[in-house]
Amino acid sequence: MKRRTFLLAGLGTGGALFLGWSLLPPRQRLVGSTPPDTPGGAIALNGWVTIAPDDTVTVVVPKAEMGQGIHTALAMLMAEELGCAWERVRVEHSPLDKIYGNIAAIVDGLPFHPDLDNALVRGVKWMTAKTMREVGVIMTGGSSSVRDCWMPMREAGASARGSLVAAAAARLSVDVATCRVEQGVVVCGTKRLRFGEVVADAVAQRPSRITLKSAAEFTMLGKSTPRLDSAAKSRGESTFGIDVKLEGLLYAAVTMSPTVGGSPSRFDADAAKRLPGVRAVVSLPGSRYGDAAGVAVIADSWWRARQGVNALSVQWNAGPNATLSAPAIMQQLRAAAATTDGLPFRSFGDAKDVVSKATRALHATYEAPYLAHATMEPMNATVRVRADKAELWTGTQVPGFARAAVAHITGLAEDDVEVHQQLLGGGFGRRLDVDYVAQAAAIAKALPGVPVQTIWTREDDIRHDFYRPAAVSNLSAAFDTNGRVIAVTSHSASQAPFKRYSKRVGFVLTQAGPDKTTAEGTWDQPYEFPALRSAHAEVDLPVPVGSWRSVGHSHQGFFFEAFIDEMAAETKQDPATFRASLLQKHTRALAVLQLAASKSDWGQPLAPAADGQPRARGIALHSSFGTTVAEVAEVSVSPSGDIRVHRIVAAVDCGFPVNPNIITQQVESAIIYGLSAALYGEITIEQGRVREGNFDAYRPLRISECPVIETHIVPSMDEPSGIGEPALPPVAPAIANALFALTGTRLRSLPLRVPKAGGAA
Amino acid sequence: MSARELVGIAIDTTIDTTIDTTIDTSLDITLDINGRTETVAVEPDTPLLWAVRQTLGLTGTKFGCGIAACGACTVHLDGVPTRSCVTPVSAVGGRKITTIQGATGAVAAAVQSAWTALDVPQCGYCQSGQVMAAIALLNATRAPTDADIDTAMQGNVCRCGTYPRIRAAIHAAALALE
Repeated sequence: MKRRTFLLAGLGTGGALFLGWSLLPPRQRLVGSTPPDTPGGAIALNGWVTIAPDDTVTVVVPKAEMGQGIHTALAMLMAEELGCAWERVRVEHSPLDKIYGNIAAIVDGLPFHPDLDNALVRGVKWMTAKTMREVGVIMTGGSSSVRDCWMPMREAGASARGSLVAAAAARLSVDVATCRVEQGVVVCGTKRLRFGEVVADAVAQRPSRITLKSAAEFTMLGKSTPRLDSAAKSRGESTFGIDVKLEGLLYAAVTMSPTVGGSPSRFDADAAKRLPGVRAVVSLPGSRYGDAAGVAVIADSWWRARQGVNALSVQWNAGPNATLSAPAIMQQLRAAAATTDGLPFRSFGDAKDVVSKATRALHATYEAPYLAHATMEPMNATVRVRADKAELWTGTQVPGFARAAVAHITGLAEDDVEVHQQLLGGGFGRRLDVDYVAQAAAIAKALPGVPVQTIWTREDDIRHDFYRPAAVSNLSAAFDTNGRVIAVTSHSASQAPFKRYSKRVGFVLTQAGPDKTTAEGTWDQPYEFPALRSAHAEVDLPVPVGSWRSVGHSHQGFFFEAFIDEMAAETKQDPATFRASLLQKHTRALAVLQLAASKSDWGQPLAPAADGQPRARGIALHSSFGTTVAEVAEVSVSPSGDIRVHRIVAAVDCGFPVNPNIITQQVESAIIYGLSAALYGEITIEQGRVREGNFDAYRPLRISECPVIETHIVPSMDEPSGIGEPALPPVAPAIANALFALTGTRLRSLPLRVPKAGGAA
Repeated sequence: MSARELVGIAIDTTIDTTIDTTIDTSLDITLDINGRTETVAVEPDTPLLWAVRQTLGLTGTKFGCGIAACGACTVHLDGVPTRSCVTPVSAVGGRKITTIQGATGAVAAAVQSAWTALDVPQCGYCQSGQVMAAIALLNATRAPTDADIDTAMQGNVCRCGTYPRIRAAIHAAALALE
């Protein structure tokens, strides 16, 4: 950690960074024990890059590409330091090795307020980082990828560059100091040697010191470099897990208990086996990884397997949850939010007491439903099980947990399971779970030696998800006689998604203790209150819950930011001015707020919509994953009561913007994903079953409903922070706050619905 | 089209996955696809999507919903954008099928180069369908308005949120085709 601290400190000053190769601590992240693949005569210079004799540079990436552009961003980090030609860069998934374990996501998941920086906090973070380095969980999530790879990828690039330069200098018998690197060529005076010409010699060269570029020297980072994958994806050439083709491949379709926790009681396997192409019927008991009990049919095509499933005429034991329904769940959450003295995540200034004694106080209850991820590519995995080895082809955010799931199901050692990571047709947290992998392994085990691709229907996918938990929050604010806020309390109730997840995948560190994802988005915000208490009551319910893009922030951000707006209205202040007054010491957040306000013409008159209906603006600001985003939404309501979002102006501070184009893309992405949820998203539990099954009932935003989105990035030289999720939490509150400005009605429940008759619009 | 011969009846309980022990009810169906003539042996009610993806191996066309609600499976039948997930292979007849892997010509090139230039795709899974829908739109309407785009692209869902760039790329492709 000393080394990391030193590097960060060095970077902050913009100076060159020096470190002795021989002084690297034993737990470095540069070279692992499993070398990367080196096809075509390529040579690995460390765990993060290989170079072929034809100058092809392969960047070895441990992160899953699920649309967020991370393969391009990581390749840029490498190319910047290596000094190669961008046209020769390609990307390959890393092997499973501990050097690729995600440290940033877990360290940032510790329940410390971002402002908190003392010896104890630093010590706990250091210990956690050290532990994660040993544990080695390869994970793409928590908007952590650039943060996690910012140092190791660039160090690997600088180290490889040093080796190449040393090799060229030795070959030419010149001083290293007289050589430089230019577009994949080592230039020593008038002599030029291509990387591919010297890479074989470079392996033996150990640079004694590594110099990272200062930000002023960057030629790529900070610029809008086009994505590496756009052309292939525009031509339908990119292949995903569902596109895997293997010799002798068979396909499986499944049916899973419609009731949470149910199981098949009777099914007609023979009827399925009589159908053409059907090879096997497999009973599925379900597993610790969360896959539901059910039945699978394996056939020579997926459509035939699907007909086999229909022929099974499965009857189900509903199990213990047959009476579980949404109204009762919400009642239970309301009761817990109202009566339970939940776990405080942050408490100072005796906030509860101040609120209870205040002469002027505001109280509100907010609610949010369960949400499914609905990635465009339904869950699928391909597995081949042999006596001594298993192979897995799938798109996953956690290849190590996926490997463990196959090992668990097959009884093989993890080392005997090979994972072939694929592109993900969407992740959003859904592919942090490996239930579909465990299930596919259980199915493939029935036909040893035969690769079997298990593909879910959309209905399987939506009804067997790990949902964003439903939640209820009671918020209160107290004011002094001058209308200044003197205390805020937040008491929420929901299931604990990360704790439940940790138990499924066997991640020990977070199975007990406070689950930060329950209450994040309240106690960790930059607002300055004289007193604050943010507490959460965990409620245990059988509905499967997991990480849904921005996790707790997704609903707590709505609750908290809409309530901030209520405080502004209560004290008759402009919502932007009110927020600014609470951010005086948090200059970065304040700058984000001001940028959004100025770019959106906040406070200026707004023309009516095309059909003459009035429009109004609403603002929201939220910090998550180290990044602050403010959004201003312009909305109107149609005569029939439909909410229409015309324009969203977003301002974002995510530290140094590695690739502004991809940052802009991710802001658009998170806003639109959040819009689907804010306007339509709702998973309803009825008699223990999920009512919605497909895009007709679980409605996604469509192009005609998509607002104009403008993204403004705050220039920054701070370390890069997250970008895949942080633009999501402010969407719903910005719209709700705009609707209040428009109609005078405060909407405190998601999805947002304008009361049909009473709407002032 | 002729009924295929029986290949066997289950007589043994041991699993031999190399032998299909069921009664085959597939038919040889001839398709005109991406400029080639292909014969697929599938049940006539098999959706075109699965014949394209698995029988012919053209996996550029994607499965998203199975009920024509997302557009990921969009192909052209005689140039008309069609949801292949709900189109039985027997209903195709002699119509020319074009999938993303057979999309050629000036309009396809303009759309795909605009898509690349504006970095439209994110995860990319829905983009085959989006591109096929956009090509059909521009074939029919060379200078589409935003309302034209709404109508033509409404059936294509993207969960990554590429809609603003899809709109911009269609306008850019239209300009390039002028």
